[in-house]
Amino acid sequence: MLAFIIKRFVQSLVVMLVVGLIAFVMFRFVGDPVDQMVGLETSIEDRERLREVLGLNARLPMQYWNFISSAAQGDFGTSYQFKRPVADMLGDRLPATLELALVSAIFALCAGIPMGVFTALYKDSVLTKLFQAVSLVGISLPTFLIGILLIYVFSVQLQWLPSFGRGEVVDIAGWSTGLLTSSGLKALILPAITLGLFQMTLIMRLVRSEMMEILRSDFIKFARARGLTPRAVHFGHALKNTMIPVITITGLQLGSIIAFAIITETVFQWPGIGLMFLQAVQDVDVPIMAAYLLMIAFLFVFINLIVDILYVVVDPRIHIEKA
Amino acid sequence: MPMNKETGRKMSLIVRILDSDIWYSFTRSKVTMIAALITFLIFASALFAPIISPHNPFDLASLSLMDSLLPPAWSAEGDPNYLLGTDDQGRDVLSTILYGSRISLAVGLVSVAFAAVLGITLGLIAGYMGGRVDAIIMRIADVQLSFPAILIALLIAGTVNALADGMDRERSAFTVLIISIGLSFWVQYARTVRSSTLVERNKEYVQAARLIGLHPFLIMLRHVLPNVMGPVLVIATINLALAVITEATLSFLGVGIPGTQPSLGTMIRTGNDFLFSGEWWITLFPGAMLAILVLAVNLLGDWLRDALNPKLR
Repeated sequence: MLAFIIKRFVQSLVVMLVVGLIAFVMFRFVGDPVDQMVGLETSIEDRERLREVLGLNARLPMQYWNFISSAAQGDFGTSYQFKRPVADMLGDRLPATLELALVSAIFALCAGIPMGVFTALYKDSVLTKLFQAVSLVGISLPTFLIGILLIYVFSVQLQWLPSFGRGEVVDIAGWSTGLLTSSGLKALILPAITLGLFQMTLIMRLVRSEMMEILRSDFIKFARARGLTPRAVHFGHALKNTMIPVITITGLQLGSIIAFAIITETVFQWPGIGLMFLQAVQDVDVPIMAAYLLMIAFLFVFINLIVDILYVVVDPRIHIEKA
Repeated sequence: MPMNKETGRKMSLIVRILDSDIWYSFTRSKVTMIAALITFLIFASALFAPIISPHNPFDLASLSLMDSLLPPAWSAEGDPNYLLGTDDQGRDVLSTILYGSRISLAVGLVSVAFAAVLGITLGLIAGYMGGRVDAIIMRIADVQLSFPAILIALLIAGTVNALADGMDRERSAFTVLIISIGLSFWVQYARTVRSSTLVERNKEYVQAARLIGLHPFLIMLRHVLPNVMGPVLVIATINLALAVITEATLSFLGVGIPGTQPSLGTMIRTGNDFLFSGEWWITLFPGAMLAILVLAVNLLGDWLRDALNPKLR
């Protein structure tokens, strides 16, 4: 058990070091860092001094080590474009992305689970056909197209909801939140639906297939035979047992939600880290790109590590390979 | 009736197709037949775009700014010359869609082919060789699988575009897209091919081939490969839809095909700026085309998966 955790942990560490190497190569060799930081009029001596200060004259493995160790301490260098520490910029933008991701995950769960239960219980209902059509559309339409359609209907035609930005935000202990103002909440609706729609269809399909499987099992038959109400059987027994895979998948999808936020944030001009990354790509602002890459990789590796360990802890049936 | 050998063989092939289970399940499903028809029509119109499109959107001489931002033909200010209206540069939207789907499909097909070749090769090697080679390839695959493909494609395309200068970008866009989409989709092929290869490798025909001293490379290519191709076909079909979506998304985000020779995604990106001033047709028609194409290919893929899976029969 402990051996498994240590092995998984070392694997994760190796992945992070490799991603760190990619980020380092990007930072070091996509354009000259010194050229990006100073103007044309800077003298050669000044450039040399900066080079020395940045540690760019050290041997490459040493530079890589410095890059990794400062990144691990949260120092990602200075943005070429904005001349600000990248860590500060990420900190400013992170609340917007996390709020969007959280709200869309809640939306996906709150809409996906009831839809899944309904389609499993009433297989031939008209509503079931409708839900399945919606889920097919949710899987086939690219995220950005869903966003554009929502903007066209609700912002351009009906003019009910704003199409860009976060609305008014309130600052609470350094965390800027849009959840406390009415304009902030209004601005959140369309992006959250856009980002959550795909996850919603995923959860709906998952709940549906799990429910149908469990409803056929013996303990449900027994519960029915005991004379429990259909409601108690469906929700107390059946739904409760579908929740473990649903929670696992939602946890694993959290990383994808944050990654897919790049697209949603671009469509809605939502001031989060995804939009910042995309602008950095267009401006070739390498420190921001490298920092985003490292952050996303860390998030994915961390979530996968936790899920893998939880699996083994929760489910004793999973056999650990002895390699 | 005397028949030469060649036509005889052709006839028997047609009979075999009409007799097969796959053809039977195809004719039983109306949705699949409609999806196949739509896919065929879109492919054909993309292929023959230069012949059937009413205007040439890339012929700068024929464009006139006088005709820019015209609404579709059936609305009051529409021009019957431009059935689906024109964009900001006076390009006919219908013609640009036909040319655009040509580019979208080309990128999709080539990148799926690239991913498939890469994945099949690595999967065959991993499955047949085993040992350390297998462990390394599959570990890379595992790591990559934990990241969403579209994110990997975006990171590769973004980084490469950052490297290339403005002038190069126009010419290299196509290659960059294919490589980044291909590199982000190979894992599925590799895993599938590897697991089928592991099964095939211990069968008698492979042992016989090894016994007569064939080179491992030849065994993999000539004997193992044909027997693991079934699932690959299904993955490739579903991947085509995904690749088209990825291309459109990258182009929409501005790291894909540039605006001079727009793909469907690029058209949606340009049209998006005009959505608020009421020129909805520049965005929504290419968007509809993209959605229909992806939906049709997805339905075909779903059907193919069920038809080739003997367990579901």
